[in-house]
Amino acid sequence: MTFQEIADKLSAKFGQNILAIKSDVKPDPYILVSADSILEISKYLRDEENFDFLNSLSGVDLKGKLAAVYHISSLTSKDKIVIRVEVETANPTIPSVESIWKSANWHEREAFDLFGIVFSNHPDLRRILLPYDWEGHPLRKDYQVPEFYNGMKVPY
Amino acid sequence: MEIKSPISSTGKKLRTEEMIINMGPQHPSTHGVLRLELIVDGEIVNEVIPHLGYLHRCFEKHCEHMTNYQQVIPYVDRMDYVAAMNNELAYAIAVEKLLAIQIPERVDYIRVIMAELQRIASHLIAVGTYGIDIGAFTPFLYCFRDREKILDLFEMTCGARLLYNYIWVGGLSHDLPTNFIPKTQSFIKEFRKTLKEVTDLLVYNEIFVKRTANIGVLPKDVAINYGCSGPMLRASGVDWDLRRDDPYSVYHKFDWKVIVGKGEVGTIGDCWDRNMVRVLEMEESLKIIEQAIVSIPEGNVQSAIPKRIRPNPGESYGRAESPRGELGFYVISDGTASPYRIKARSPAFVNLSVINEISRGSMIADLVAIMGSIDIVLGEVDR
Repeated sequence: MTFQEIADKLSAKFGQNILAIKSDVKPDPYILVSADSILEISKYLRDEENFDFLNSLSGVDLKGKLAAVYHISSLTSKDKIVIRVEVETANPTIPSVESIWKSANWHEREAFDLFGIVFSNHPDLRRILLPYDWEGHPLRKDYQVPEFYNGMKVPY
Repeated sequence: MEIKSPISSTGKKLRTEEMIINMGPQHPSTHGVLRLELIVDGEIVNEVIPHLGYLHRCFEKHCEHMTNYQQVIPYVDRMDYVAAMNNELAYAIAVEKLLAIQIPERVDYIRVIMAELQRIASHLIAVGTYGIDIGAFTPFLYCFRDREKILDLFEMTCGARLLYNYIWVGGLSHDLPTNFIPKTQSFIKEFRKTLKEVTDLLVYNEIFVKRTANIGVLPKDVAINYGCSGPMLRASGVDWDLRRDDPYSVYHKFDWKVIVGKGEVGTIGDCWDRNMVRVLEMEESLKIIEQAIVSIPEGNVQSAIPKRIRPNPGESYGRAESPRGELGFYVISDGTASPYRIKARSPAFVNLSVINEISRGSMIADLVAIMGSIDIVLGEVDR
């Protein structure tokens, strides 16, 4: 299946929830969907279109908006698709897809840890790479390195 | 007085017969600094809660502060520090895809040779240290002796033994030295003997089989759902290898086969299968190197290196099969010389997430065997 075919299928099925089909983004085009529909779309992709493998889930800071980018592929048909969800930085809540692909569990924890994206209904949303008492989300573009951590001076 | 029951870090209340044991951060079987919080009932492991991040070096944040895409490569080396060539290859693929440049065929051939040599070196560590985890010391020495020969070949080529900065975006830092080809050919000849010795000494050893067969069985559907890749996925019976199924570089020109776990001495997807897939893959890598080394075309390895790297705004996800599985780089460019965002999808990170699933109900000693068979490198897990 080409990117356009998958995009057509998704827009026929989900209509309003497909916000944009960015086929002009080179080299990997993506489909922008609404945050509320991501769980439904994931379920459809896994069960109906055989996308059984979540390669990667990345957080991105778009300055004012936060995005979660889902790289999904199929081990049987070798198709690949990129789905993207964008939310306001002020209220960054996205439904978790952990119930669809278990690999999302740690990827979502990482995006929560480094970007502060809150994945609702995640079974265990804790920090994963940083210490549990760390403040702030370092991969945000406006992040300021703290001067002190637990009373110790951070050396740069 | 009320007696409070202890609570695990996931918030689970422990039952009376349960207790928490910390394995690591300093424990030989965790192959680095990883802490496993075990909830045990006597010797039986009820739950494993991994705590990562002891080796977190903000790789992704560093990348955003680079002023050139080539400057990222030394950082990429330090992710999976026992398979740096494969990391560089995956990163180069992602950025070259973004730039849409063609590279000379000679570069592709040399990259494949280096990546496969590195795969053998990495699998030798995995198999050798796995022997130590189980209690067999001798195969480890055999493995490291031959790994050293591969590192000598790398040192001859680019001056570094572990962290090479060799594969650049668009080319290579050095061409092959004059006597590289005969030396590699004699290495292949000697190494086939080692491979047989290791197989005889370790893999079919009765004690080794008893410790690993039917332990930590990872069923096919669970492996796919958890996003496992590489030898983990193949040992569970999934016939999937990016070198064949999403061909990059010049892998499609060579004749080799994908190794899949068969459950020869136990169940498909057990620890023995994962180890065996690595042992057999080394032979396949030798086949690829043998074919590549006699057909390297002539050319200039630096002719395609861009003077300035300023990709058009866009994004690419480049992936390659590293010794641990699918290593992907998600690169976003905003049109400037420094990357807007680089995310590394490291195979060891994803493979490790399945540990709770496959070690529930096993003994603590078996957990050591399971950990070793996942073959994690903490530099890559924590980035």
